[in-house]
Amino acid sequence: MSIQVRNLTHIYGKGQPDSQLALENINFDIYDEEIVGIIGHTGSGKSTLLQHLNGLLKPEEGTIVVGNDEITAPNFPMRNIRKKVGLVFQYPEYQLFEETVALDIAFGPKNLGMPEDEIWDRIKEVLEMVDLDYDEVADKSPFELSGGQKRRVAIAGVLAMKPQVLILDEPTAGLDPKAHKSILEMIQRVHEKEKNIIIFVSHNMEDIANLSDKVMVMDCGKLVMVGTPKEIFAQRDRLNQIGLNVPPAADLIYKLKDAGIPMADGVVSMEEAEEELYNYLRKK
Amino acid sequence: MADIIRIENLTFEYPSTEEAGSKKALENINLNIEQGTFTAIIGKNGSGKSTLAKNLNGLLLPSGGRILVKEWDTADDEHIWDIRQTAGMVFQNPDNQLISSIVEDDVAFGPENLGIEPSEIRRRVDSALEAVNMSKFSKKAPHLLSGGQKQRIAIAGVVAMRPECIIFDEPTAMLDPKGREEIMTIIKQLNKEGITAVLITHFMDEAVLADRVVIINEGSILLDGTPEYVFAQEDILKSANMDLPLAVEMSNRLRRRGIDIPKGIVTVEEMVEFICQYK
Repeated sequence: MSIQVRNLTHIYGKGQPDSQLALENINFDIYDEEIVGIIGHTGSGKSTLLQHLNGLLKPEEGTIVVGNDEITAPNFPMRNIRKKVGLVFQYPEYQLFEETVALDIAFGPKNLGMPEDEIWDRIKEVLEMVDLDYDEVADKSPFELSGGQKRRVAIAGVLAMKPQVLILDEPTAGLDPKAHKSILEMIQRVHEKEKNIIIFVSHNMEDIANLSDKVMVMDCGKLVMVGTPKEIFAQRDRLNQIGLNVPPAADLIYKLKDAGIPMADGVVSMEEAEEELYNYLRKK
Repeated sequence: MADIIRIENLTFEYPSTEEAGSKKALENINLNIEQGTFTAIIGKNGSGKSTLAKNLNGLLLPSGGRILVKEWDTADDEHIWDIRQTAGMVFQNPDNQLISSIVEDDVAFGPENLGIEPSEIRRRVDSALEAVNMSKFSKKAPHLLSGGQKQRIAIAGVVAMRPECIIFDEPTAMLDPKGREEIMTIIKQLNKEGITAVLITHFMDEAVLADRVVIINEGSILLDGTPEYVFAQEDILKSANMDLPLAVEMSNRLRRRGIDIPKGIVTVEEMVEFICQYK
């Protein structure tokens, strides 16, 4: 499984006086089992790009190939895209609607025509993946759960459709540190289990650095940088110019460098920063 | 300085529902906010911090105890407008706070409702927009602005009512990093100009900028003091599942490996300053 995006362009309100070029000639490849982090300030085109990947928006120009299918082909059936590519929106807990958690999760697979007995097995499987106890929550109303739990139910509802590509738009937005951490662990667990491609958008540079194999940077509708977290976060000045920053630990190292302290390049994580500081201070 | 808000034995219970029963969201809180200070109130989701914020200017009323804003009890209907004018509030989602199709009309809405003279409203709107660095956008439509800009307009709307105190209820939670920075700069600036600031947040790196940090956990005050004092209580914070600010976490890690780092380093700037003396 891989994804190829070629010459993707999207215009909002084409032909109208306030039309806006939202995506401009985007090209990238995502390979089997990759976790891809997308960053960019508000309005840079991240969400527009995500909505193209599962067919919610059609491009003005360009093609998207997922696996062997060109999903941008004129008559490509939507249902087949949705089976392949699952999209979890921002604040997905607001989209829960069924009477029970189990019914809410079953909604997607039912619509895709999954056989009934398979659906129930799948509900158990996905609840485990998102770290919720089947016996405890399956028959509860989703509205009785905490914010973090609701979000995990919403994600389980998308996982239930067995997407080969899972897209998450700001999966940790608005969560406190504990719920935040548990969502990150969940993403890693899902990835290990399903061996799928995961694409996620985040404003949290530390999460991007910790989870991603590859980072894509968007600015004004263009894809301006692609690389490993190390490659991307080695370019602080360029990121600052487009309103982004490096992870907090890297920021500390950059500030020390600015102040004239010799520090190594390419420090991204807390552990690496600790090592740098330890080695510097130990000699003093 | 005198206290602008006094919280005495505050208990708050949400009305009971059939399944859940009643639950105390806040229990026996005592807290005074001194005029001109910058206080950060931190807690995880469900800790009661937003409930506390809404009690501060009478949006919610105590189930037990009382809150005084200046000399007025928030439960006293007669003075509710004096209270709201003294303690303004900025909420999490900027989209829910803007009502007009032009920025300056939106900022004028509050003062208009206070029945202020048009010429005075003009002055207030201009100075409020200047205070949040949005003067250039006075004739623009709010929906065309970024999240951080919208939130600055929402703040200007409160500033234009000339409150002595502003309560910010997670004002940066829905913003991108640049928007967050913009808002924190504005809050610090307003505080410097004399407005008492109360910031509800779960970002530790925002809280270190305050003069005082109050940690709420399960409806009660867990810690209360200067950032230096509060963030030195690592065990208590960890037991309540709270993160530490980056500089504190880093100092702790280095101390464990035998590096002597003085207590009281809570911001990245302080950390950089400390290391620079070895240059």
